[in-house]
Amino acid sequence: MAHQTAPSSFKNPLIRWVDDRLPIFTLMYKEYSVFPTPRNFNYLWNFGALALFMLVTMIATGVFLAMQYTPNTDLAFGSVEHIMRDVNYGWLLRYVHANGSSMFFFAVYIHIFRGLYYGSYKRPRELLWMIGVLIYLLMVATAFMGYTLPWGQMSFWGATVITNLLGALPVIGKSITTWLWGGFAVGNPTLNRFFALHYLLPFIIAAVVFLHVWALHVTGSNNPLGVEPKSEKDTLPFHPYYTMKDMFGLTVFLIIYALIVFYAPNYLGDPDNYIKANPMQTPAHIVPEWYLLPYYAILRSVPNKLIGVLLMFGAILTLFLLPWLDTSKVRSAKFRPWYQWCFWFFVLACIDLGVVGAHEPAGIWILLGRVGSIYYFAFFWILMPLLGWFEKPLPLPASISEPVLGGGKLSGSAIAAKPMEKA
Amino acid sequence: MRSFRAILIGGLAALTLISTADAQEAPVPPKQDWSFDGVFGTFDRAAAQRGFQIYREVCSACHSMNLLSYRNVAELGYDEAQVKAIAASVTVQDGPNDQGEMFDRPGRPSDHFKPPYPNEQAARAVNNGALPPDLSLIIKAREFGPDYVYGILTGFKDTPPAGVTVAKGMYYNEYFPGHQIAMPPPLTDDRVTYADGTKATLQQEAHDVATFLTWASEPKLEERHKVGARVMIFLLVLSGIMYGVKRKIWSKVEH
Repeated sequence: MAHQTAPSSFKNPLIRWVDDRLPIFTLMYKEYSVFPTPRNFNYLWNFGALALFMLVTMIATGVFLAMQYTPNTDLAFGSVEHIMRDVNYGWLLRYVHANGSSMFFFAVYIHIFRGLYYGSYKRPRELLWMIGVLIYLLMVATAFMGYTLPWGQMSFWGATVITNLLGALPVIGKSITTWLWGGFAVGNPTLNRFFALHYLLPFIIAAVVFLHVWALHVTGSNNPLGVEPKSEKDTLPFHPYYTMKDMFGLTVFLIIYALIVFYAPNYLGDPDNYIKANPMQTPAHIVPEWYLLPYYAILRSVPNKLIGVLLMFGAILTLFLLPWLDTSKVRSAKFRPWYQWCFWFFVLACIDLGVVGAHEPAGIWILLGRVGSIYYFAFFWILMPLLGWFEKPLPLPASISEPVLGGGKLSGSAIAAKPMEKA
Repeated sequence: MRSFRAILIGGLAALTLISTADAQEAPVPPKQDWSFDGVFGTFDRAAAQRGFQIYREVCSACHSMNLLSYRNVAELGYDEAQVKAIAASVTVQDGPNDQGEMFDRPGRPSDHFKPPYPNEQAARAVNNGALPPDLSLIIKAREFGPDYVYGILTGFKDTPPAGVTVAKGMYYNEYFPGHQIAMPPPLTDDRVTYADGTKATLQQEAHDVATFLTWASEPKLEERHKVGARVMIFLLVLSGIMYGVKRKIWSKVEH
């Protein structure tokens, strides 16, 4: 077969031999080396790569932790402490993994908010966005089950509270919870299946991430201007420009990560989880990890349990519909004066919900929780559809390179004459 | 952009204010000076050994430390013979032997700390229904960690503030959530006689035992600090290099 796929640059005969039969080197070359990438990314575009790095880190540390961990209600807590005390560098593995979930969510949240601000979910990237939301949903499930594994007080009671929520569903609620638990309360069968699923889901996430990246490489990346690249002047090859920018971003990210792991490894955790699970004793405050607090706040803002549960899941499911809720044709918030305000209030609402989620629903917190919840949904279901109608966007630049290269006194042709794309 | 940032900062400041105004539920124990604080913190071995002495002579009458073995205390600076002697000072049940019978023998370094009670019911039966918590992780299992333990040990008041009645068999403690604790004041001035001649004031004792318990909760703290310093230096240098390379590459294109 004379498919002329391999570029002549592969001089190594072994690589050429493989590539003729399975063109993975060609694929890597096309998708990660010469891949044309908008030249105007800011550092917010680092966070997709950072999230991928965290996924790999979590799987790598998790596999080694699983070698020492015992998923049994009598032994789980002790086996985690065995890792902390007796396994060589077990403390490092566990702290990297436990705080890694926070860093993973931190990276993904910035990644999502970046997409929201610059309209990365709009045509033709709707499916790319939806796959991303699916990844996020899988992450939430994985993190929740992972938090159960140390079998501390918060593990047990968190699992109890969240699984009980499904009991609010009419008719089928009770059977579903019993089926999930593998019994009539959170117990050993629950811990066993949570461990099995906590080990499985990350690999499903990895597969969906592959689809996410695939879809990205079909449509190409969005960029801070939200204007599609029109000519070669608008793009740079992914390597070395963005590989290097990602490398630098990664080292800064790692510095923050290392500061937490080595100097405040329990800061983000709850002290109660260093007490072994006790079904007879409920902790004073049951709270999830910080990255799930906003949903917890939405849940508790509603006096009706079923509606609270539906709104909590609705808050994530809404994101799937975002590409059709937003009626504006303009992607980047830079050119949307009204949307910018709405966006920053949305960020504030999310932070507000996070703080509310950490407090008992009493006094001012009830009000703040309700205001935050209402704005959360109003942002997607009312403001986004309406803004497209009456907002008058600012004039868009003709191309990505125009504000960069032609913003000054130089004319376009003078720029084109400059040799600027030699790596 | 400025005005958006102003909204965000204003909103965050308001939330912080509300949070701090609302956070007065549990009493906050005062911050103490600890040898293990800070990025280069280490355990004061002498203090930890004194704390261990207090645990053996006082706390261990009611509190177990199930996650620790006698061999672990070698990390506090005891030599092999001392560790063996410490372990041998308790009698543990072992077995069954060839005859199928359980037997008593002196403790070995590989034995876990011997618990004061055979089970939870026995512990509650002699403690007015209360269960003395296991102390292996007490520092990490309580907000404010060592400051909390120090606060509890020094926070007993003979007479509760006016208007507060303490239930029978309970004691008033300034830093215990709810202020009523089932534990009688365990430490007083000269409760123990320190082997190293240190004056055993209540504050000294509380400080020493909290140091010991912090080591027990987080025995790898020193290793963590040491590895952390190396990792930070490595990452700072690496990020500097990465920044330089990135700038050099990008200097060839307008952006």
